[in-house]
Amino acid sequence: MDLMKDYKTEVMTNEALQDLIGSWFPNPELDNVSKVEETTETEESSEETVKPSAPINPSLLEFSEEASQFLNISVKPEQLHSLMTQLKNNNDTQFDYLYCLSGVDWGEELGVVYHLESTTHRHRIVIKVNTIDRENPTLDTVSNIWQTANFHEREVYDFFGIKFNNHPHLKRLFLTDEWDGFPLRKDYVDEINMVIK
Amino acid sequence: METTTVNSNFKSEEYFINMGPQHPATHGVLRLILTIDGEIIKKVDPDLGYIHRSIEKMCERDSYQQIVHLTDRMDYLSSHINNEAVCLTVENALELEVPDRVKVIRTIIGELTRIASHCLWWGVSGMDVGALTTYFYGFRDREMINDIFEETCGARLTMNYNIPGGLMYDIHPNFIKRTKEFVAHFKTKIPEYDRLLTGNVIFQKRMKGVGILTKEDAISFGASGPVGRGSGFSCDVRKHHPYSALDKVTFNEALKTEGDSLARYEVRIQEMWESLSIIEQLIDNIPEGEYKVATKAVIKLPKGEYYQKVEAARGELGVYIISTGTKNPYRLKFRSPGFSNLSLLNHIAVGGKIGDLVATMATLDIVVPDIDR
Repeated sequence: MDLMKDYKTEVMTNEALQDLIGSWFPNPELDNVSKVEETTETEESSEETVKPSAPINPSLLEFSEEASQFLNISVKPEQLHSLMTQLKNNNDTQFDYLYCLSGVDWGEELGVVYHLESTTHRHRIVIKVNTIDRENPTLDTVSNIWQTANFHEREVYDFFGIKFNNHPHLKRLFLTDEWDGFPLRKDYVDEINMVIK
Repeated sequence: METTTVNSNFKSEEYFINMGPQHPATHGVLRLILTIDGEIIKKVDPDLGYIHRSIEKMCERDSYQQIVHLTDRMDYLSSHINNEAVCLTVENALELEVPDRVKVIRTIIGELTRIASHCLWWGVSGMDVGALTTYFYGFRDREMINDIFEETCGARLTMNYNIPGGLMYDIHPNFIKRTKEFVAHFKTKIPEYDRLLTGNVIFQKRMKGVGILTKEDAISFGASGPVGRGSGFSCDVRKHHPYSALDKVTFNEALKTEGDSLARYEVRIQEMWESLSIIEQLIDNIPEGEYKVATKAVIKLPKGEYYQKVEAARGELGVYIISTGTKNPYRLKFRSPGFSNLSLLNHIAVGGKIGDLVATMATLDIVVPDIDR
């Protein structure tokens, strides 16, 4: 069946993705160490990829595959937008399908988790960004990269109180404007409506 | 132009009207704030939350067996598939291999659920554009599926048949016979659907070229299910990330490239044929064996993060569980297909008329509890 040939699996291994994406945000301390020579055979084309013209705040991203089926990348809030733009636009990654955007209250920090998939290459990746500021948490919007983020970020703003810079229409989506507090935060208290076991 | 001079006494201005929250075409409690100029839509701003129950927050205090019973209240028309999504996530996290019998039964009932959901959609979408008869035809055939569910699962709508580790009970002795009867019956009915509605001139004019969504926009808006596939976006989770017994069957992904309301309509009609084919391939080959594997009374997922996506009747349903190793999830997020599909409504409705908005919403097939989780 020729229909089956479209349903291919991931072409880039997690290691190759990690090498490629890590090279976009070089840490200045490791810059002198030329470790790019010992690359695997799966990413022969990634050597020629154009590096971002102006890496914002040079420091390494944190990669992890522990306790998750995907490659997890933790990024600092100030690098988020430039990383996401690269992930969408780079020919080797092409993460054009943002299929899940979740707000998470990690206890100390508030964060957003982005699940991305490439409809061309069919590899998947998870991006995490956290902010320590619980009073006025602010992150950059990705709604100008993936339009689905518009509604998902409004949902996160509604339930976690995370504000998104440059969001076109950031107002509460489910709750009324005068609602007090952000219900999905762990420290949210509502003695009347919440059944706590 | 003459018309401008004739109308020069009338000022053209934009104004708001409410569509909903109580409106037959919104199929639930959804309020759309329309900015219109005459009858031309300038902006659609959905106002959500009328029936939000905060299922995600409730899940944080519940055990995994209890969570399953909340999920079929999200998209109640594909309740079985929602339950399956949570069960698969929990089973994957526990590295629990369910018997083949469970996988096959889950797939058959999942496809029956899809047909039942599409039957209802077909009935009400015909009604939305003024064809009342379709409603009765769709419900007549859906009734047979509900009877099968009632016998085996005990419920007709919110079935709760899946549990982590397998199924609540084994299938009813009549299940195979009645499912075969339904397949034979429904094969004669889909052509009837086509004769009644698909080829109808009025229906074609209401649907063709209305609410066009390009493939690039479909991907960018995270459209999934028939909405994405009507725009040529190959997004069938059953093909790309097969689960349960779906890797054992052959079927075609229904794809159209037009991206208009008619394409979304035709994708769903095609999907009903494909679902029938999947059921036919499996119904005679249900393996013998146990219908569940024993799990601990208190399920504790290992510390970590788990994501599972399934193809619900409306598109891609994702379950994202963050576990800290306790009996409750630390965070559970449902990526519901309706939420992403609704977010593109403004994009495809602007510039059209209010009547076209109704037709467009009919083919987006929105179920509001799925959005107001």
